[in-house]
Amino acid sequence: MTRTLMTTVAALALCGGAAAAQTVGFSQIGSESGWRAAETTLTRQQAEERGYQLQFSDAQQRQENQIAAIRSFVAQGVDAILLAPVVATGWDSVLEEAAEAEIPVVLLDRRVDSDESLYLTAVGSDLVHEGEVAGQWLVDQVAGEECRIVELQGTTGSSPAIDRKTGFETAIAGHDNLEIVRSQTADFTRARGKEVMESFLQAEGGGADICALYAHNDDMAVGAIQAIKEAGLAPGSDILVVSIDAVPDIFQAIAAGEANATVELTPNMAGPAFDALEAFWAEGTMPEKFIQTESRLYTQADDPQGEYDRRKDLGY
Amino acid sequence: MLLSIRSLTKVFPGTRALDDVDLDIAAGEVHALLGENGAGKSTLIKCLTGAYLRDGGTITLEGAPIDPRSTLQAQELGIGTVYQEVNLLPNLTVAQNLMFGREPRRFGLIDMRGMRSQARATLAQYGLSIDVDRDLGSYSVAIQQIVAIARAVEISGKVLILDEPTASLDAAEVAMVFDVVRGLRDRGMAIVFVSHFLDQVFDLADRVTILRNGRRVASQPIVGLSRMALVEQMLGRALEEVVASPAPEAEQAPAMLHFDGIGRAGVVAPFDLTVAAGEVVGLAGLLGSGRTETAEMLFGIRPAQTGTARDADGPLDLRHPRAAIAAGFGFAPEDRKTDGIVADLSIRENIILGLQARRGWARPIPRAEQNRLADDYIRQLDIRTSGREKPIGELSGGNQQKAVLARWLAMNPRFLILDEPTRGIDVGAHAEILRLIRTLTDKGLSLLLISSELDELVAVADRVIVLRDRAHVAQLTGAAVGADAIMHAIAGTGDAA
Amino acid sequence: MTVLSRIAPQLIVLAALIALVSVFYPGFLSIDIQNGRPVGPVIDILKRSAPVALLAVGMTLVIATRGIDLSVGTIMAICGAAAAWALTQGLGAGAAIALALTAGLAAGLWNGVLVAVVGIQPFVATLILMTMGRGVAQLITEGRILTFTDPGFGWVGSGVALGLPVPVWIWLATAIAVAVIMRRTALGLLVEAVGINRRAAHLAGVNATVLLIAVYIASGFCAALAGIVVTADIRGADANNAGLWLELDAILAVVIGGNSLLGGRFSVAASVLGALIIQTISAGILLAGFASEYNLIIKAGLVLIILVLQSPRIASEWRLWRDSHRAERGRT
Repeated sequence: MTRTLMTTVAALALCGGAAAAQTVGFSQIGSESGWRAAETTLTRQQAEERGYQLQFSDAQQRQENQIAAIRSFVAQGVDAILLAPVVATGWDSVLEEAAEAEIPVVLLDRRVDSDESLYLTAVGSDLVHEGEVAGQWLVDQVAGEECRIVELQGTTGSSPAIDRKTGFETAIAGHDNLEIVRSQTADFTRARGKEVMESFLQAEGGGADICALYAHNDDMAVGAIQAIKEAGLAPGSDILVVSIDAVPDIFQAIAAGEANATVELTPNMAGPAFDALEAFWAEGTMPEKFIQTESRLYTQADDPQGEYDRRKDLGY
Repeated sequence: MLLSIRSLTKVFPGTRALDDVDLDIAAGEVHALLGENGAGKSTLIKCLTGAYLRDGGTITLEGAPIDPRSTLQAQELGIGTVYQEVNLLPNLTVAQNLMFGREPRRFGLIDMRGMRSQARATLAQYGLSIDVDRDLGSYSVAIQQIVAIARAVEISGKVLILDEPTASLDAAEVAMVFDVVRGLRDRGMAIVFVSHFLDQVFDLADRVTILRNGRRVASQPIVGLSRMALVEQMLGRALEEVVASPAPEAEQAPAMLHFDGIGRAGVVAPFDLTVAAGEVVGLAGLLGSGRTETAEMLFGIRPAQTGTARDADGPLDLRHPRAAIAAGFGFAPEDRKTDGIVADLSIRENIILGLQARRGWARPIPRAEQNRLADDYIRQLDIRTSGREKPIGELSGGNQQKAVLARWLAMNPRFLILDEPTRGIDVGAHAEILRLIRTLTDKGLSLLLISSELDELVAVADRVIVLRDRAHVAQLTGAAVGADAIMHAIAGTGDAA
Repeated sequence: MTVLSRIAPQLIVLAALIALVSVFYPGFLSIDIQNGRPVGPVIDILKRSAPVALLAVGMTLVIATRGIDLSVGTIMAICGAAAAWALTQGLGAGAAIALALTAGLAAGLWNGVLVAVVGIQPFVATLILMTMGRGVAQLITEGRILTFTDPGFGWVGSGVALGLPVPVWIWLATAIAVAVIMRRTALGLLVEAVGINRRAAHLAGVNATVLLIAVYIASGFCAALAGIVVTADIRGADANNAGLWLELDAILAVVIGGNSLLGGRFSVAASVLGALIIQTISAGILLAGFASEYNLIIKAGLVLIILVLQSPRIASEWRLWRDSHRAERGRT
């Protein structure tokens, strides 16, 4: 967060009075999750801090709404368009229209199948890398001791579930002391996280045989923590808990010593996007086609209570 | 003989539904198949059409033995069937229904123009010139029935089985269908005709075969056969004729119910009616003349918009069925299956349903009391069943009707409306129900009896009100109640008023 | 037909499933006592069955009237959200439960009026609330998981009373109460009559309109209880996911319970057993440790086998075979 503030200041200093108030259109998918609500909040905050006019459009999960919004942005002659695409395909013609109007488009969070020349850049996280960070933390944490791991997967077949599983397995590969003994889907939800964890505890000697839990998102971890507590064990010490996303509730658990680590999927996609846009507006600098956001690891040493306070009003 | 059946036998667990039955049907004749419910008519037809596999006997068509194993196979052999409920698809067009499964093709696709012209040509043979592009369901049941016949004849062409084809038709429609059937007979088809309506049998059939308890009782030409003889053969005993008891003079009994100027716009023109205790008021008229509508209005199903109803104690609320029931009314509707019975419930539950609804859900009738009521009425009304817990849907039509009557009698009403209580019921049950009506009124119950059978009205009604075109046009009382007088009033030619 | 012979097929299926799961997970029937609370797969199944069992109780009544209630999953989300909101506003557990139950009753009344008075087909009428209601729940939670710490409310979801988890008592009590009310009063008969032939029942003096509204209210109430249980369990209201697709599990439970979707005769006990069967399958899959890609296939396969074995066609074939067999033996 400090870093973000500093770049913001730097950016403001750089383009100070150079550019008049820029207008940016933002076509958001919707508000289906707390994370997306936070992304919207942070995008608004970033735009306000940089003095941009933000035209916000909520597509309510429908591509046709997003296409209509982009056409309207083009008609208004905005200076840039942010697009969080609801699906990967079907964007060619509307992106061409934006390109013809010489309006740069930055993709947030998800990618599209269109030709790279049709957008300026894409900002997003690397899901595999997130899993690797979580896995690496566990490798370092257990320091060579035997550790039987249970894994709560995301929705079967979804790309976060596949990639976060792959990344984690890559990180622990070659460490024979680490072994995933049970792995089941809990659909990214708190309720299923608790239910599936209960069955893991049943199946693994009441939990005595489990050393660590890896959950593909924080919500499942929060549910699992309750199951561990109800089984009479101490989450965070009897069973290590590492998960991904860094939503506010996991920081409460970390602060209480009930979870150990989380990997941030930052909802601040707009910050790097605006940085790239400013460089493009000022000097015509073409950014890389993919800007990877940082997958930062937070542990009990990283002021979890403070992180919770900073996040709790972002709309998670 | 076109179709010969020899020693046909079909056994179900516990019963021999068909026992050594012979039947011969010649080309160019209408052969009526008669019998009470359970006599074996439908089993015989199902064996003929391949719906059942017979357990014994032979079937010969045009001299060659046949062995249909499905309706489809029977159709291909030349035996087509038309049922009481039209078994076509009401949301397809007439042409599509007629040509379904054998549509003319052009380039592998359905040739719509060819289909229409073929359909039109086919129907023209039956004297029908209708728009074949309209949905079948938009036509009257009679026309649907003729389309069904046409389809059966087109596909099969040798034997046509008509299973109660007229049960839901009015007199004019029946005549229309019969003309078509006679035309087919003259073209040399063999026609098997199953019906409960004796009049129609005498009207249409050339020969008649009577079944009783799965056995053939007689096969004979209809000419020279008396109605009584026929009925006696069906029942196996002499029918106690329902004789009209001398009608009590209506004026003598004080009026119990008064309906003044009661009516509903576009349904029934306003009329006055009084009903005395123990009186039977008959309602006569053609289908659509407003008979059922009058009953539904009095029972609050489609409540009256004008007029008032009152008894000795004051005005009556008849705005919905529950209010009418509270006023002591009961209504046994014409269409038992959709409006009367609750098919999956037991006889016991059907009998106590009305009583229970009136008591309210919180005061259940004790089971012992339910059993007593059910057993009482099963005995009193002679409902033929293996037990009170049998689902009512498994009973024959007459026994279902008796159970619906029992439901109302259990509630002890003072005014009971019976809409066609004997429709579709076999002869034996018919007589029993008429006898029952007599005993009820002797106990002081008033009845409004709607019937298409004039003999029935004449036999039991003290007074007959005649409807024409949704208005009450005549009232016949006491000695004036006679079939001829009613007929004249219906037709509007008599001087009865 | 006695109650036992009515639910015999479901009991047999359940016993067979338990035997099957025990093959893959031998300790399935073992129960330990930890910290004064019983722990074991069977206890978990009883507890985890609570939402679907509760929904199935209400759904049984609705289906008996030839209706369907697709909105129960959404009602769970609304009621959970309402309870969580009340708790975050500082109201006590009692007030939160009262508010959630009121919301459930109101949702049921809405469905009932649409079906019985306005005359919209049940599928469509409840579809309206199913799609619209989740938005209402999201408005209450503002799109996030609304968490709370009230231990009293949490006890409803994860507490233990008299040796069993509280949710088990809730669904047991609800199922028994509904079954007793239906069979000790005339309600069961009247509901069945309306379901089989609404017009005939109406003409016999049954107040079909009020009965229909009542069953949808009952379904809403059961859904509210289910919503309270899941919200209390995770100590948070998840408007996006609470009760998601559970209406389908509830309908499945009713069907596995041998109740006809065409209305009429019903058995609450059999539906609840259906819910236990579904949960036993899910738990068995988890305990056996199959890869999660196979979960749905295994579940669907088992459900298919159960439904095929229960189909009226198979049953009548079996009866025919048995009767003819007996008849033959009788003859020799």
